[in-house]
Amino acid sequence: MAVPESASADAAPVADADGNCRFRIELPEVPQRDVDALAAELGLLGTISQESLADQRVVFTLTTPESQDSIVAICSFVLDPDDLKITHGSAQTGAAEAKPAAEDPGYGLFEPEKTDAVQPAVATAAATAAAAPAAEARNPGRRATDKEGTGQESSSIRVGIEKVDQLINLVGELVITQAMIEQRISVLDPIQYERLLNSVGQLTRNTRDLQEAVMSIRMMPMDYVFSRFPRMVRDLAGKLGKKVEFVTRGAATELDKGLIERIVDPLTHLVRNSVDHGIEMPEKRRASSKNETGKLTLSAAHQGGNIVIEVSDDGGGLSRERILDKAKQQGLPVSDTMPDADVWQLIFAPGFSTAEVVTDVSGRGVGMDVVKRNITAMGGTVDIRSVPGAGTTIAISLPLTLAILDGMSVRVGEEVYILPLGYVIESLQPAAADVKEIAGQGQVVKIRGDYLPLIPLYQIFAIEPNFTDPAQGIVVILEADGKKAALLVDALVGQQQVVVKNLESNFRKVAGISGATILGDGGVSLILDVSALLRSSRQLNADPVFS
Amino acid sequence: MSYSTQTQAQTEAGEVAGKEFLAFTLGREEYGIDILRVQEIRGYEPVTRIANAPDFIKGVVNLRGIIVPVVDMRIKLNLGTPTYDQFTVVIILSIGGRVVGMVVDSVSDVTTLSPEQVKPAPEMGTTFDSDYLIGLGTLNDRMLILVDIDKLMSSSEMGLIEKMAA
Repeated sequence: MAVPESASADAAPVADADGNCRFRIELPEVPQRDVDALAAELGLLGTISQESLADQRVVFTLTTPESQDSIVAICSFVLDPDDLKITHGSAQTGAAEAKPAAEDPGYGLFEPEKTDAVQPAVATAAATAAAAPAAEARNPGRRATDKEGTGQESSSIRVGIEKVDQLINLVGELVITQAMIEQRISVLDPIQYERLLNSVGQLTRNTRDLQEAVMSIRMMPMDYVFSRFPRMVRDLAGKLGKKVEFVTRGAATELDKGLIERIVDPLTHLVRNSVDHGIEMPEKRRASSKNETGKLTLSAAHQGGNIVIEVSDDGGGLSRERILDKAKQQGLPVSDTMPDADVWQLIFAPGFSTAEVVTDVSGRGVGMDVVKRNITAMGGTVDIRSVPGAGTTIAISLPLTLAILDGMSVRVGEEVYILPLGYVIESLQPAAADVKEIAGQGQVVKIRGDYLPLIPLYQIFAIEPNFTDPAQGIVVILEADGKKAALLVDALVGQQQVVVKNLESNFRKVAGISGATILGDGGVSLILDVSALLRSSRQLNADPVFS
Repeated sequence: MSYSTQTQAQTEAGEVAGKEFLAFTLGREEYGIDILRVQEIRGYEPVTRIANAPDFIKGVVNLRGIIVPVVDMRIKLNLGTPTYDQFTVVIILSIGGRVVGMVVDSVSDVTTLSPEQVKPAPEMGTTFDSDYLIGLGTLNDRMLILVDIDKLMSSSEMGLIEKMAA
């Protein structure tokens, strides 16, 4: 950390009666957009004011009870903390602040701040003498670490993501090598080679721990993002005079850190949108016999090869007519018979807004366009489901570029595939009598009174299987999107944690496959895209009623 | 017409000035690719087959933690017999940030060709579409068919990349 040693070592944070400290944060040259974002984030910690230096750089003055580390942590989202200059609002900075103030007439706005800042400059000795023991008495722990100077800062380090990726790959290789050793020694006489076998057993455990530890470096729980919303929703609802209950689900779902950082802005926008446009005013909700308090749900879950993050409200829903009218006015190619899903997608068009009034929260027609663009850039998709009067759900689906998956490996012929364990309900060998033929529509299997469509994996992937008769092979009962099906495979191989590798980084998308992984023997195994398999099976046995 | 062909040949020859090429054989033909696209040369390892992919895409392998597709040029170009033993060679190419393995019969050497040694490719005579050829390299009594491997591997014909990169 490049926070000047003196800043933490001079250890005279000017604390006021509430235990607040004043920090002067000098930013490097960053775009205005980032400055605004930072100002908003830091504003959550305490009171903040902003001024510009002669060379276009921006300086914040922040009064907060938080420590300097929290400030650095927040700033690190936008810029490299090494470029930051954070100083306590002590004597020396007070003087430095006062000087540009004299030159800059526009600084008058911050007049009260200035006097504040100059005061310690005048009464340096008194202020430090008074404040330091006070701070010590209140928070001896913090005081102690301040003395150490770098004590707290060493609790986290910034490392380039490539280095972490390299580490993950190397550990993967190590695990494979370890599996090879294990395989080799399995033929040895356990009595004669007892000590060798013991050592290898220990190696196995250590390797597994190491792998888990390394994997966890990149993953962060969604809570990291979700935790900032309750306050935002409360403030916004208060400002708009609405009542909103905010619920989060799946906050423990882990997501790659890189994605987490990039999902914050789009999510913030969607949540604001839901509060502003989605949820109606209490009177209107009462009139339509709904609970006065609107409900806003933010949820995250793994689904197939994706992470799905949903923002859903129980508000008024989107108005098909208004969107179509507006689209026609703007000359977009639309027709009245368009399916709902296509109509909803119109709100992502640049400059599109049906809001009659532009508020300071939303209505400019910029946001959704940016949301869509950001998500697409991450390789994800945005889906909208909306029912008039009942609410809107916006689902962001992001690919798992890197995630650990509990998988079940199954064998068909010579091939081994991985089934994500989350989809697997059970696996069994059906009795021949339970397998029924449906004329021209494939087979169904009767399992506990339910008839489930049979998906023969060998047929879909054109593999030479060992068994074509379900009564000889194994069927795995899968459930996705509320539908169940039975997947016919030759055998179950095992259950293991696998690292999802992207197939598309060097190849193209393959139907029915969501990714690949590396097995213990160094071979590659493909991960099945269960929802796609189930969808394709429904298409095969398409019921005329549904089509 | 003849004028334009000539200028084209000249510019192409200019591009390959003093370049090094990796020479490999497919059947009885000798090919050359830009050495800078070659990441490494490996022996053939068993691949994981990809369902419903064309024959020449053998599957994917694990290259130190990266999943890499492997194509067999012998099947793609219908040259030689695709046998897989300890002498089968895979050239690992790095093309536009993507890594691809290419199975060939054998790899011979690396040669430097000056622009004068590169002749324009005839319209016919090889199984390649001449779009993918840089030219023919002559080296004493040898003749190398110089392939624009970037263009070939990113072509829709190979089906390695979803779409032509925008």
